[in-house]
Amino acid sequence: MSTSIPIDPETAQRATPSFGKATRETASGADSSAVDPGALDDDGPLTQLHPNYKLMLRIKAIIFALVLVVAAIVIDSQLGAEFGTPVGVVSAVVALLGLFFVIRLPTARYNARGYQLGIDRLRVVRGVLWHSDTVVPFGRVQHIDVDQGPVERALDIATMTLHTAGSHNASVSLPGLGHSRATEMRETIRAHIRRESL
Amino acid sequence: MNEGVAPATPASVSGVPRVTPAPGPKPRRTAPLSVIVGALQSAQGAILPALFVAFSTRSSGIWIGVAVGLALAIIGGLFAYISWRRLTYTIQQQDIRVESGVLSRSARSVPYERIQDVSLEQSLIPRLFGLVAVKFETGAGGGEDLSLSFLTEDQGEELRQLVRERRDGQEVGEAITETGAATPAKSAEQAEPLFTMGPRRLFTFGLFEFSLAVFAVLAGMLQYVESFVDFEIWDPEVWEVFVRDQASTVTTLGPYAQVASAIAGLIGVFLIGSATGLFRTFAREWDFLLERTARGFRRRRGLFTRTDVVMPVHRVQGITIGTRAIRYRFGWHSLRFVSLAQDAGASSHVVAPFAKLGEIAPIVEAAGFHMAGESADWHRASERYLVDSVVIDALSVLALGVAGWSACLTFAPEWSEVALGATLVLTGLAAMIAVVSWKFRRHALDATQVMVRSGLLSPTSQIATRLKLHSVEIAQGPLSRLRGYATLHLGQAGGVFAIPGIPVERAREVRRKVMATIAATDFSQLESQSAA
Repeated sequence: MSTSIPIDPETAQRATPSFGKATRETASGADSSAVDPGALDDDGPLTQLHPNYKLMLRIKAIIFALVLVVAAIVIDSQLGAEFGTPVGVVSAVVALLGLFFVIRLPTARYNARGYQLGIDRLRVVRGVLWHSDTVVPFGRVQHIDVDQGPVERALDIATMTLHTAGSHNASVSLPGLGHSRATEMRETIRAHIRRESL
Repeated sequence: MNEGVAPATPASVSGVPRVTPAPGPKPRRTAPLSVIVGALQSAQGAILPALFVAFSTRSSGIWIGVAVGLALAIIGGLFAYISWRRLTYTIQQQDIRVESGVLSRSARSVPYERIQDVSLEQSLIPRLFGLVAVKFETGAGGGEDLSLSFLTEDQGEELRQLVRERRDGQEVGEAITETGAATPAKSAEQAEPLFTMGPRRLFTFGLFEFSLAVFAVLAGMLQYVESFVDFEIWDPEVWEVFVRDQASTVTTLGPYAQVASAIAGLIGVFLIGSATGLFRTFAREWDFLLERTARGFRRRRGLFTRTDVVMPVHRVQGITIGTRAIRYRFGWHSLRFVSLAQDAGASSHVVAPFAKLGEIAPIVEAAGFHMAGESADWHRASERYLVDSVVIDALSVLALGVAGWSACLTFAPEWSEVALGATLVLTGLAAMIAVVSWKFRRHALDATQVMVRSGLLSPTSQIATRLKLHSVEIAQGPLSRLRGYATLHLGQAGGVFAIPGIPVERAREVRRKVMATIAATDFSQLESQSAA
């Protein structure tokens, strides 16, 4: 509280990097890949997700586009029968849209996403149009989920979700990690949590 | 209590440290008097239907009404008895278990660690019998909290002590000697009163709680009555006749009397509104007492329904100081604590509903916060955000207005000029409101707190402890990315804390500072640190 923990913003900032450096050696000794070099800079470069994640986004986009195109063809033939509009116009427009979904969007989304694993925090960045940049301190994580859907399992990737007690961002999920990387990250984070849940 | 079981209950042997679980705690029932309370409550619920049956059947109606009322009460009592028979609770070493259900059984277990606090609630009928409803706040949303209704007052207090002792395992020894010394029901906790409201204060408070809700209730009741008695309130003729009768009386009195009767009507409405406000305030806040005890804050209030809530200090995540336009002119404010526990449906606890800032400050201090000082480094949202929000707000009003205006042009051309004028005025107003709300919305960061202030007519302040935030997010939409500002969302347990429209660099700076504070302390240390 205000009196018992006098934290001056400046000293706190200075105190944390030194704390970070001290633990970084032990952490990197145990698991060199788990810690990012730019760990303490919250605006540092992001780690890219597993390449298979782009593939998964594309597979989902293909399924979505196929559904759209089928619907468009049905509507098209109905319109043609009822109003005599030239058959194929709606389908063609929707097909173009579908191509955009399949070719352009997964790449854009993949490039917009990323994470940064620090000594004591995880930063998750996502969103093409609506951009969000969240930092979760390990010290506030209540529990950790590593989930795999059927497609994710086939591609050997996983989604890691960190749950916090905050009402906003009660769960922060990071999809598209390699499965082994996800479990490894979970262990790293868990090592920081003295008591996993209250 | 079930007599045969009572002596074996852990609470009654709390003088012995570490209750031995050897024979296994036995399931217990709630107080048998709850059956009578349940029956009375259903009888209370049966009064209105019985009355209406009585009125609607005219001649022999009274007897039918009484019969219906009695039948409902008996059925209610029967249900109350069965569910009392079928509900048992078990106080175990790690959790409290409640098994209930008549047809389908359900068993719920709540670990002590998850219980945020235990509150006691007494509504009118249980109060007459000396019973309380014990509620275990777990922070689970959607009214999923566990409650036991009803236990006797002593049992309730005992259970509350017990849960606290079990939850704070390491403090068991100390806590037990404390309860063992005095009678468990009235443990000698030194309590220091922080805030009270006497009848005078309540009277002032009630005047500001002016409410016309009673008219809505009356209208609703009339509608209800209408279906039973022969009075068509929606029939215009009824009112026409009524108004004509009244009007003819009024017109005979001359213009001065007409004005006088209009004023009298307004005064009447004002009096009824004030009386409603006074009554509701007195009922809710009667004998308001906020104390600082060893365990945290304890609040008791209520005339008919008396509640007794304890909030541990370390569960307070943030505070909100609010007010309303008129009472602000007289210097009255309210103080709420934000925590995960629910309080009468709201996610924050009112600890001072009507107080001067000078009275609020000590409570804020006691909770470990401090009010924003003179030196606070206030920042506003970015000016680009101001420009964008003015343009967006004005344009959306303008678009609506233009749509109305063009509709006027086609359907009622004589009104089109008025529509155009109104559109322009409203657009200007929207722009002005956007400017004012920008000007008065600020945030500041100090050594331990994040603070937000907003509003001109009724300023609200939110204060959060930097240490007790759980995540920090910088969010941007397409426009804000183009214009270089962002909304900062701070993850607060039980509350919403966002700072919209600040420049990206400032958002990053705030995040860096807040993260430095958060990362220095682990979640598990939060409790012990603030409890110390």
